[in-house]
Amino acid sequence: MPSYKIHINGKNHDVVTDADTPLLWVLRDELNMPGTKYGCGMAMCGACTVHLGGKAVRSCSIPVSAVGENDVTTIEGLSEHGDHPLQKIWIEQDVAQCGYCQAGQIMNAAALLMQNPNPDDAAIDTAMKGNICRCGTYVRIKQAIKLAAKA
Amino acid sequence: MKTSIPSGLRQVATSNGRRQFLKASLAGSGGLMINFSWLGTASALSRKSADDAPIKLNAYLFVALTGEITAVVPNPEFGQNLMTSMPMILAEEMDANWADIVAKQADYQPDEFERQFTGGSQSIRRGWQSLRMAGAAAKHMLMMAAAAKWQVPTAQLTVANSVISHVASGQSATFAELAGDAALITLPASIPLKSNDNFSIIGRSQLNLEGRKIVTGKPLFGIDYHSDNMLIAGIVHAPAFGKTVKDADLEPIKAMPGIVDAFVFQSIHPAYTRNYFDTSAFTTLVAIVGHKTWAVIKAKRALNATWQAFDSYNEKMNRFGTLVDVNVPGGLENTSEHRKQMESLLNSELPVLRQDGDPASVFANAEQVIERTYYAPYLAHNAMEPMNFYASVTNEGVHIAGPLQAPGFIIGTVAERLNVPLENVRIEVTRMGGGFGRRAYSHYAVEAAVISQRVKQPVKLVYTREDDMTGGIYRPTYMVKFKAALNDQRELIAYQVDGVGVPEHCIHADRFPAGAVDNYLARGEAISSNITTGAFRAPRSNFMGASEQAFLDEVAEMAETDPIDFRLALFKKAMSSPVGEKHDYDAERYAAVLELVREKSGWDTMPANISKGVAAYYCHNSYAAHVVTTTVKNGLPKADKVFSAVDCGVVVNPVAASNMVQGAVVDGIGNAMYGEMTFTNGQPDKQNFDRYRMIRIDEAPASIDVHFVKSNIDPTGLGEPPFPPIFAALTNALYKQTGKRFYEQPLIKQLEQS
Repeated sequence: MPSYKIHINGKNHDVVTDADTPLLWVLRDELNMPGTKYGCGMAMCGACTVHLGGKAVRSCSIPVSAVGENDVTTIEGLSEHGDHPLQKIWIEQDVAQCGYCQAGQIMNAAALLMQNPNPDDAAIDTAMKGNICRCGTYVRIKQAIKLAAKA
Repeated sequence: MKTSIPSGLRQVATSNGRRQFLKASLAGSGGLMINFSWLGTASALSRKSADDAPIKLNAYLFVALTGEITAVVPNPEFGQNLMTSMPMILAEEMDANWADIVAKQADYQPDEFERQFTGGSQSIRRGWQSLRMAGAAAKHMLMMAAAAKWQVPTAQLTVANSVISHVASGQSATFAELAGDAALITLPASIPLKSNDNFSIIGRSQLNLEGRKIVTGKPLFGIDYHSDNMLIAGIVHAPAFGKTVKDADLEPIKAMPGIVDAFVFQSIHPAYTRNYFDTSAFTTLVAIVGHKTWAVIKAKRALNATWQAFDSYNEKMNRFGTLVDVNVPGGLENTSEHRKQMESLLNSELPVLRQDGDPASVFANAEQVIERTYYAPYLAHNAMEPMNFYASVTNEGVHIAGPLQAPGFIIGTVAERLNVPLENVRIEVTRMGGGFGRRAYSHYAVEAAVISQRVKQPVKLVYTREDDMTGGIYRPTYMVKFKAALNDQRELIAYQVDGVGVPEHCIHADRFPAGAVDNYLARGEAISSNITTGAFRAPRSNFMGASEQAFLDEVAEMAETDPIDFRLALFKKAMSSPVGEKHDYDAERYAAVLELVREKSGWDTMPANISKGVAAYYCHNSYAAHVVTTTVKNGLPKADKVFSAVDCGVVVNPVAASNMVQGAVVDGIGNAMYGEMTFTNGQPDKQNFDRYRMIRIDEAPASIDVHFVKSNIDPTGLGEPPFPPIFAALTNALYKQTGKRFYEQPLIKQLEQS
């Protein structure tokens, strides 16, 4: 099996796995980083969102062979002490219900804020509509993103 | 807030079930006295723990020397906030400092906890008394320890923020300092509970104790479970209901890299008497076991298997202790056929479930009669975390861990299937990425256990989304026909509801408007099927709330009456001169949520150009009403603002309760607009979110404004009650927006046509 050197959350990792292994399963199974969640395996739900080269991607649909030199950031590495503005606001606003989709929601929102520090409702809708939440936390997600943008 | 023991309280103790379990009743002063036999028994064991281990005061509460108090949560958490709300109840009665509390999910321990089932919106309602008793008992033990130490009467002690004080002598001590002595205390026969007036934690919003773990990606969920020599397992089930495994070409699979084993297995023995929560579909499965998830997924895709249809069969099922005959029909079913069967059944004479007065003759002679029929499809639960379970089966014992709502429903199935004594099975409960009823049917735990037993190694079984969506336990499909008659005063004088469904009908015969109409008829009958179904957030109610409340909107319109006034008149009748022997709602509380939502939404003063709809429903012991306004976005109408009023008794954690109602609103709008599973020749037509449409952020309402009726009634359900009425509040508003009534879900089909 081929070997890959990937850069995740500021650290280099050597991974030996099939070229078509999705980044999601590399994170979860090879590197013991289960914060990134499996939801659909076809980039339709957003639960597995990570940053690749600073952009939000669905890690379930990115083969490890396509990661290359790009930096990967996962929920475990979004902030050193769990104090990214979105993480803080998410706690303060009590956004989560079951919580399963929230890592993906936060990672997607963080990528949005990097590109657009002050998104309006339409920009939030466009950026976040790839992330499903069956608990129905959308109203609070939108509110939290706006509050984080102001913070 | 400081509390001391109030005097003059009345106590009522009853024996209930296999343990002496107690009921307390409200005393005149608002306080409670409770009687104990179960909480005190644990104390003598506690001192034996290691010096730095938390000291057990009872099954629910452990106090560490650091001051940290572990609140053990008996009921499984899937987003209802039990991991915070239950500790709040414990901390309230204990008078603990909230900042000292950490939550811990309990294993399945039926000897310690009464009802470890998250379902029917009953966790807080049914746990309320036990949690309060546990908190009060712990506090009382700590107080008795302090009283003994200081040689003062307990009645002179005050307790606040994890500190016990004796004001007269100026002495005080923390719970941590007293816990060691307290653990040895034998409780008196009865001790008091707080009066609701003295609550200082309950009723005040507390942030999710698990919030930080959630936003930092900690491994909370079953799918995150890990043990050292664990393998990953996948299952492949037949592609269609009505089919099973005929043959599987396993050798090429076993030869694939990373694959350890592949085999066909039965998750339950044919001779086994199924219980209500065991599934009947796909009990013969192909297992593929490997080192990593991706290798297993690839092997599943590579599998060549053949399938065969099975014939109709009859079996006995244990339905909550009663053996009933069940027919599982053979054949490959289709959605179009289900619909024809339901239409045909609706036009036949259905079994009568309730009759008041003489509806037939009233209908025949009425001034105005209206009849409408509603349809809803199957729904898939689509909890965001696909089904999964960990199992380690060894000769020493069985340890299974994962997401499930009802460990008590599956432990017997696991033990029977593995042929081990019940007491050898340990069930560890993880946080669930959604449940909504689906995880009350945890056949996947049995499957994991059987696979582990076979490969003699721990395994984590992980369903793909496709396995999850096509595996069954759907919300049933239903049809209902309503008929209403008005007299010349435009009063509702007769009402008929005929409900059918596959594989259950949708009628609750004693629900509203039973009791409020002189001539009432409810009939229902089910059609059997081999497609498995199960509880889905407010079973049956989620369809009846949608259809009945849409129908009443039309009846109110025919009566030229405001839809809130129309309903209030019916509640008034149910209060003043109820019809029939019983009805299962409290008309006063029902009316009150409508009054509250009317006030909070500004219903009476909304500008005429705003499209608005209202609906109310009662289920799971609680009352909910919504007002929805709609707007047009990208050419399609959508929910804009939502106002909700709920009466669920005492609200334990307002922020979480509000979140739950908001969630029910979004989930309900999503399922009403888009939710649909269909079948072609037994095969689910949607397997993943590319075809199964779920509500997304741009389709959610702009705001959801939640209000609770202020109440001192013990808490009732909350997860389910706000769900059913949102469907109809939406369609009633969409009628105002579009001029069209909606009789079929998902609504998006009709909206996109017009």
